[in-house]
Amino acid sequence: MALLITRGMTKRFGGLVAVRALDLKVEERAIHSVIGPNGAGKTTVFNCITGFYRPEEGEIWFAGQRVDGLRPDEIAHLGIARTYQNIRLFANMTALENVLVGLHRHLRSSWVGALLGSPAVRREERWAHEEARRLLEFVGLGGRAHLLARHLPYGEQRKLELARALATRPRLLLLDEPTAGMNPAETQEVIQFIRRLRDELGITILLIEHHMRVVMTISDRVTVLDYGEKISEGSPEQVQDDPRVIEAYLGTRKVAAEALG
Amino acid sequence: MWRAGLVFGALIWFVSLAGLVEALHARWVVDGVVSAGQVLLWGVVVASGWVGARRAPGALVSRLGWGLFSGATAGFCLGLLAWLGGQVDLRSVFINASPVLFQLLSAGLQPPQAWLAAVLAGSVLGLVGAAGAVAPKGLVRPLLAGLGAGVSLGMFQELVLLVLQPEGLAAVREWLFVASGGPTAHGVGAVALASAAAAALRPALSAGGRTVGLSFRAGRVLWIVVGIALLALLPVAGGPFVAQVLVLVGLYTLMGLGLNLEVGLAGLLDLGFVAFFAIGAYTVGLLTSVGQHGIAHWSFWAAVPVAVLVSLVAGVILGIPVLGIRGDYLAIATLGFGEIVRLLVLSDALRPWLGGSQGVLSIPKPVLGGWELSGPQHLYYLTVVASAVVAYVAWRLQESRLGRAWMAIREDEDVAEALGINLVSVKLLAYGLGAAFAGVGGAIFAVMVGSVFPHSFQLLISIQVLALIIVGGMGSIPGVVVGSAVLIGLPELLREFGEFRFLVYGAALVAMMLLRPEGLLPAAAQRRELHAEESGSALQPWAVGAGGGA
Repeated sequence: MALLITRGMTKRFGGLVAVRALDLKVEERAIHSVIGPNGAGKTTVFNCITGFYRPEEGEIWFAGQRVDGLRPDEIAHLGIARTYQNIRLFANMTALENVLVGLHRHLRSSWVGALLGSPAVRREERWAHEEARRLLEFVGLGGRAHLLARHLPYGEQRKLELARALATRPRLLLLDEPTAGMNPAETQEVIQFIRRLRDELGITILLIEHHMRVVMTISDRVTVLDYGEKISEGSPEQVQDDPRVIEAYLGTRKVAAEALG
Repeated sequence: MWRAGLVFGALIWFVSLAGLVEALHARWVVDGVVSAGQVLLWGVVVASGWVGARRAPGALVSRLGWGLFSGATAGFCLGLLAWLGGQVDLRSVFINASPVLFQLLSAGLQPPQAWLAAVLAGSVLGLVGAAGAVAPKGLVRPLLAGLGAGVSLGMFQELVLLVLQPEGLAAVREWLFVASGGPTAHGVGAVALASAAAAALRPALSAGGRTVGLSFRAGRVLWIVVGIALLALLPVAGGPFVAQVLVLVGLYTLMGLGLNLEVGLAGLLDLGFVAFFAIGAYTVGLLTSVGQHGIAHWSFWAAVPVAVLVSLVAGVILGIPVLGIRGDYLAIATLGFGEIVRLLVLSDALRPWLGGSQGVLSIPKPVLGGWELSGPQHLYYLTVVASAVVAYVAWRLQESRLGRAWMAIREDEDVAEALGINLVSVKLLAYGLGAAFAGVGGAIFAVMVGSVFPHSFQLLISIQVLALIIVGGMGSIPGVVVGSAVLIGLPELLREFGEFRFLVYGAALVAMMLLRPEGLLPAAAQRRELHAEESGSALQPWAVGAGGGA
């Protein structure tokens, strides 16, 4: 059974229909891409899945449980994590602290316990710090633990955002344009990294991406949105050859044919 | 850089016409020779030279030149004001533009010579400032320390005299001060020299400490011990007045620590914070009073936990309706809450229980083992212990999972929620625990004054608490103490310049936000310092598959 299913999901803003009756199925351990021109509603889909927006119609199911209408923190507890198109780190906290916040849901200690400094709390804190350091090491930020997030260079901020998302130990990770603003070498690195997440950690990936090369290289399945509607779905090859996709990206068929020449 | 002189010239006009210079002129820094007013004027001119030289690019000579020019400009402005005072009657607009002021500004000279003298003196002082800007730090720091200590002796002379009150210290007293009160020249010189020497020797001393085997940690412990001893001895040496001021600093520290949880850590701007202070005070008042409004005649010690609990609940109750409000809107909503509480206790409807504007009277002093904590000196120790306990609690909270969650919602509420943080519980805990801290302060306030009435809980207190945590450094616990000492303690100690208190206060806040917006002791810097030792350690590379199983 699919890990994430949306059925007839619709999100409106005033008169604008941002997402229209979207049916989406993300298989367990898949790398699934959502593509489409600017303003196609891709990020809105992410916001609906993570509970930040509440879709007006339709259902969202995650791991056999209905999640639309739950609060974002409840959905996070079920095992969905995300990154953001425009990086959203806790800028005035250190890299280590950013990851520690990601671990929040795995820690049990109450504030009373923290006041008393009970052995259980101390043990948990020590574990959390070790775990956070491992995660930083995993994304290649080993030496950066005590730098403020805002002092990190752009590429490392992206990595830190990933480490923070991984700290929640998600089953499903939503990545919103993870290669935005990166050069080819860095992009290649990200592709490798996303593969490792799936292959080694068994995380299912739902990906918004603009670099077509990235999409075509790593996706198992691609969904194409245009004006909030799904216009095509399938393997990268199938989608690539779909005339509707070409039309959506390049305008009319004639222009498209010329462009592809 | 050319503007520095004009900016500081304008500052001279401002402090002169506001009356600050004349007020300070009444106080000798060196008896019969130099007044604090003169020191202020000279200091501003020196500062203009310093800033002018700092801003100037290029070689040493050009920087010194710019400093000289800035000083001359500032001197020119000063001379202009002195000249203007002789020509026009400024007094109809600026009531402080008195003959004494112009006598001081023109140094007793006639207009043309006075103006020339001001420009010349300004140039010299500007050059001094510029020299300070280009000279090595190791040289400037002791000089500044010496000057600061020398001036402080004059500014805080009542305090120093108070400490030197005992008969055994009469010789020191007479050596440092003339009979009428002003410091003697050799006294100021000696104090300045001693401070300068201490500042100069400090690096050598700490290096020396390390060579004889005092580690960084041991050094820190030593400082803490010295600090505790000082805290314990201060009220004994300073007498009731100093103790009273310190109690006030302590009460604001307690409130500051509470508001720091809300604003500094969780980013929830609260302008009605005084409400919780009031609730703590009223709870203790009602529970312990032996007057007509007393309901239980409890002891202070039994009432404090109840006061803390009631404040905590009040904090949560405030928090519930404002949960969904952010930023500026939150500030306004909480402002309303603070006023509601003040107006409620003032209201006629609740007068039978809370005493209306008369308040709750006859609150007995706390008794500890048959010993009544009556005077400010006794309450001082109570306040210090309470502040220490609350600061410890605040520190533990800050370092905990909850503290991180607070910082996360301060930085980005949406992202924090998407990471699994329950905004409702985390925010309500911030409001509740912050309010509980203020409740402790209120409880001590009630027994300090011996009565509680609505007038003690003005909006101004909320604003001062907010100002002190901003000046101290948002989210920083030592910052709260420093902010409280600077914004509450200093003005109290300099009471006779009380009318200028909010003038200086306001100017200091503006300057602070322009020059050092992160506060005096910012949290971020502290955190880096604390972790400086461990970040160098080698890290184990992580085998990727291992951690991912769970």
